[in-house]
Amino acid sequence: MIRKTSLGVALAVSLATSTAALAETITIATVNNGDMIRMQGYTDQFTQQTGINVEWVTLEENVLRQRVTTDITTKGGAFDIMTIGMYETPIWGANGWLVPLHKNVNFNTNNLSAAYDVDDLLPAMRGGLSHEGTLYAAPFYGESSMIMYRTDLMAKAGMSMPDAPTWEFIAKAAAAMTDRSNDINGVCLRGKAGWGEGGAFITAMSNSFGARWFDMDWNAQFDTKPWADTLNFFKNMMDASGPKGYATNGFNENLSLFQQGKCGMWIDATVAASFVTNPKDSTVADKVGFALAPDTGLGKRSNWLWAWALAIPAGTQKEKAALQFIEWATSKDYIELVAAKEGWANVPPGARVSLYENDNYKKVPFAQMTLDSILSADPNNSTVEPSPYVGIQFAAIPEFAGIATQVSQEFSAAYAGQQSVEEALGKAQDITNEAMEAAGYR
Amino acid sequence: MARAVSFNRKTVNTALAWAIGLLIFFPILWTILTSFKTEGQAIADPPIFLMFDWTLENYAIVQERSDYLKFLTNSVIIAGGSTLLGILVAVPAAWSMAFVPSKRTKDILLWMLSTKMLPAVGVLYPIYLIFIELGLLDTKIGLVVVLMLINLPIIVWMLYTYFKEIPSEILEAARMDGASLRSEILYVLTPMAIPGIASTILLNFILAWNEAFWTLNLTAAQAAPLTAFIASYSSPEGLFYAKLSAASTMAIAPILVLGWFSQKQLVRGLTFGAVK
Repeated sequence: MIRKTSLGVALAVSLATSTAALAETITIATVNNGDMIRMQGYTDQFTQQTGINVEWVTLEENVLRQRVTTDITTKGGAFDIMTIGMYETPIWGANGWLVPLHKNVNFNTNNLSAAYDVDDLLPAMRGGLSHEGTLYAAPFYGESSMIMYRTDLMAKAGMSMPDAPTWEFIAKAAAAMTDRSNDINGVCLRGKAGWGEGGAFITAMSNSFGARWFDMDWNAQFDTKPWADTLNFFKNMMDASGPKGYATNGFNENLSLFQQGKCGMWIDATVAASFVTNPKDSTVADKVGFALAPDTGLGKRSNWLWAWALAIPAGTQKEKAALQFIEWATSKDYIELVAAKEGWANVPPGARVSLYENDNYKKVPFAQMTLDSILSADPNNSTVEPSPYVGIQFAAIPEFAGIATQVSQEFSAAYAGQQSVEEALGKAQDITNEAMEAAGYR
Repeated sequence: MARAVSFNRKTVNTALAWAIGLLIFFPILWTILTSFKTEGQAIADPPIFLMFDWTLENYAIVQERSDYLKFLTNSVIIAGGSTLLGILVAVPAAWSMAFVPSKRTKDILLWMLSTKMLPAVGVLYPIYLIFIELGLLDTKIGLVVVLMLINLPIIVWMLYTYFKEIPSEILEAARMDGASLRSEILYVLTPMAIPGIASTILLNFILAWNEAFWTLNLTAAQAAPLTAFIASYSSPEGLFYAKLSAASTMAIAPILVLGWFSQKQLVRGLTFGAVK
């Protein structure tokens, strides 16, 4: 009897142990934004389908960047999936820190399955998340930047927004729409220091003025006329028609101003379109129009390209489970799932061609302009003059984030009137050249 | 006349104290108020102070999205563990420095304090690598040790200051009565220094509770405390101020309650020996 009981207990223990072993758990580091939070809400469905449990570590973007960089460079293994962007992916892929998701020629068990339809990914996204033709991260959502403007204020100013305006038109329209007595600013743009805030905006804008960060020998180019033109134009327009204190405004501050009806135009990330047209949060939801980011006629527009993507750090013990999750989260089925539950305006945009071929999605007011903006951005050919780097609002080299943060601080100080544009550009030139020399580029 | 001047001065001092108190408390009050607003009201310009539609929606969303109790438990274990461990190490160290000083005691104290001047990020990579080697990444015990080590200089300094106020003759008398070293520290020194030890414990518990560099960088899903809970509601691309405020209010509530109930002890300890 005792032996039977013992055997039963042993069997139960071994069964419980094996069940526990089967119930794999993956840990995902991610950013706090609407689409990512929405995905967390649907994770139970993935667990039901696969039996894989998911644990989330959600952090603010800059904290996340520091956290995952520390972990991947030390091979810490704290995460099985990391949410990273177009800046990190090619650099980390080249360093061998990420598991290749899809190779051009060979499939192996760790690559994305044929059913995933990797060819459906928007070419700009696929290219920006690859290194030498190998995809290292799957885009969860992608974005460019575009003009969001108040149709009522534009009409009141007696002007009409072209689909592809110039900066000259934007400055004129901004002046015409500005109404200080009613607290309406003609244009709201990012001036906040930080490479991903004001730094990203001014870099993308400078491309349209014919500027570039480096020449082909990695010499800084802030002493050139196109950079002076860019900064002077930005400061003059914002001083005349921008909100007070624009030097400290980033995405959130401008979103807040626009939603409260205090901006005539706002040029920023395409994902903002769903926020400003949402009547729950925006007081101007039914008065918003969209247009391509401006240019100066030199052949380059001032829109950027970005994607938040899911990647697997090399060395994780749960590569297969991680790949299963990525396939699920970035699949066509996931888009259908969100559309069915929350409507087409809330699906993660900018990642798949098929989304923009969907008749239901075509009815979303900002869908076509988002696609046009993404398609007009080319990270491999972002500047008028040739440049040695890949990236539009950044240069995909490890040193860029540190340099651009310092440079954008100098620019913000110029916007705030603490120094002249010439002084800011002079300092930017010295900071960049010194850093590039120390890093061995020059 | 003298009474009138005294009354006026008292009134002014009281008003000034209230004004400073409100000024210091205002960010916390604003956070608490914002947590009851909608996201639209949270960003309203001009700001809305009290006349808004109060809602508990943010708390419901935060509760639904995050396992608050798990973060809270981790915070209690990490802050409590590191404080207790720190006290266990610091009491003998402070006793030795206060009652059996060597000619290098002052230098050691200054050197200990100088470790606080090093920016934490400067030692992030070495500590991260040590944690990987020892398997301490994303563990509560790892954080207990790290937070104990970073707060130890402050604990030792505070206890040293309190112990210095205790006449050494009392300890000598205990020794003459045959008290062992252990008995001397446990039954003579500690009871006399209780207010100081209590305020040291409270202050270090608060410091460990609020620590947001190591707790964010050395944890993932298992050991993350309330600092990580708050960080998960901050975003540069999206307006989550009301939810962030709700998360912050939930994170600071336990420590506010603790501080409220122990304020007498805390003030008594912090002013211990200040007036002779």
